Amino acid sequence: MKLPIYMDNHATTPMDPRVFQAMTPYFTEHFGNAASRNHSFGWRAEESVEKARKQIADLIGASSKEIIFTSGATESDNLAIKGVAEMYAEKGNHIITVATEHKAVLDTCKHFEKRGYRVTYLPVLRSGLIDLDMLREAITDKTILVSVMWANNEIGVIQPIAEIGRICRECGVLFHSDAVQAIGKVPVNVIKDNVDIMSITAHKLYGPKGVGALYVRRKNPRVQLTAQMDGGGHERGMRSGTLNVPGIVGLGEACEIAGREMPEESARLARLRDKLAGRFTAELAEVYINGTMESRLPGNLNISFAYVEGESLLMGINDIAVSSGSACTSATLEPSYVLKALGAADEIAHSSIRFGLGRFNTEEEVDYAGNKVVEVVKKLRELSPLYEMAKEGVDLAKVQWSAH
Amino acid sequence: MAYSDKVLDHYNNPRNVGALDKRDPNVGTGMVGAPECGDVMKLQLKVDPETGIIEDARFKTFGCGSAIASSSLATEWLKGKTLDQALTIKNTDIVNELSLPPVKIHCSVLAEDAIRAAIADYQKKNAAVAGQPVAQTV
Repeated sequence: MKLPIYMDNHATTPMDPRVFQAMTPYFTEHFGNAASRNHSFGWRAEESVEKARKQIADLIGASSKEIIFTSGATESDNLAIKGVAEMYAEKGNHIITVATEHKAVLDTCKHFEKRGYRVTYLPVLRSGLIDLDMLREAITDKTILVSVMWANNEIGVIQPIAEIGRICRECGVLFHSDAVQAIGKVPVNVIKDNVDIMSITAHKLYGPKGVGALYVRRKNPRVQLTAQMDGGGHERGMRSGTLNVPGIVGLGEACEIAGREMPEESARLARLRDKLAGRFTAELAEVYINGTMESRLPGNLNISFAYVEGESLLMGINDIAVSSGSACTSATLEPSYVLKALGAADEIAHSSIRFGLGRFNTEEEVDYAGNKVVEVVKKLRELSPLYEMAKEGVDLAKVQWSAH
Repeated sequence: MAYSDKVLDHYNNPRNVGALDKRDPNVGTGMVGAPECGDVMKLQLKVDPETGIIEDARFKTFGCGSAIASSSLATEWLKGKTLDQALTIKNTDIVNELSLPPVKIHCSVLAEDAIRAAIADYQKKNAAVAGQPVAQTV
């Protein structure tokens, strides 16, 4: 076993060597511009791009023509929301999204709020799931878009996408889903789930960084988006810019591998994740899993170790790469807004650790992480005044703290 | 963000972890911070009533590595000092000693607050116990 161990696969994944291999000829040998129509260099590039488009479409139940290449999920989310908001401005000015969305969605929505649009941020239940009745009630005749992520990047909770899609379809509202955490991990089918627009990125599924895609439905209904960049009119006029051929080849290959290996891989990861969670709950008191385990990505475990601050825990397990919802680990010094949205107390967020197991994690690594975390939590609890007070029977909620 | 060697040393080998009997009249206890802010420090000191010198100091901290290191360092510095001397410990001294980056300055502020709270508790207790003015410092 090699240290350090990478268990932060929701942040990014290592590239699969098979993906890397598929990409390599496209840097120096097949370097053509996919838009060059009159020589073999261009044809070769275009052929490879079209193959990748098909590989992606096949994984998500779409047709090739519905795949628009972008630079990644942030651009895909921006293009989806801005593209719809501008294209359908005459129909309405209301967007519905969820409090636990990624910032690429939330901040894009805020951008339109400033421009006079109305945005509803649906709360989530303790499970992390939205209440479908609240969604139904939020839709008005001015609603043009519902944007709900498929699976959450922090707590791994999978939203009831098929039901949300059905509600949007009934109400004649377009449905966008940021599916970057779900694609390649759990079955995603845009037809079955009634998704109209969907964000995809390569680096969360063992592909390269800097390339992504947007699924844009072509019929029932035909979705139109206002382009956000002016230029050569590539990608059906929705996204100009010379295509990143090696990256696109990598994304395609990553999708094909994920589609083929998903059943086996997700079963293996769920077993390892459950083993890890089982150890914590068996060997430590007062650990809390954040978000429901009923509807969750197989590799995700977001767990809070009461009375232990997340960053200090990360410091003690510094040969294992994971992340925390603690304020100290964030750039804004605010605890995770996702965990807060679950209605958890701030101290639960401060004590949270996110494990993201992926394709290349082994059982040996999971066992090592389990041992190390249990050991460090025990050590830090001995250091924790909160643990001491709790053991003495003090109700921490009733203490007058000197906030600072 | 990388931690300084001194922060790592205090985190890995925290000095003076533990608790003193808070009912002991010679013990002052300071608890600052709040769980929802992500850090709580409990700092205790024990004063020799004869000499007025801090003979022992203990801490427990819920917080990041820098918060643990700041309070661990504070207990080290407190021992052997009079209360007046202890009150001269400034958060900037802790920042300098541990090479804390700007985002971690609040950890040092909290440690200074904890020292002051422990001393105030000790003085309050002794004013009440002895019915005397707060003049324990030498």
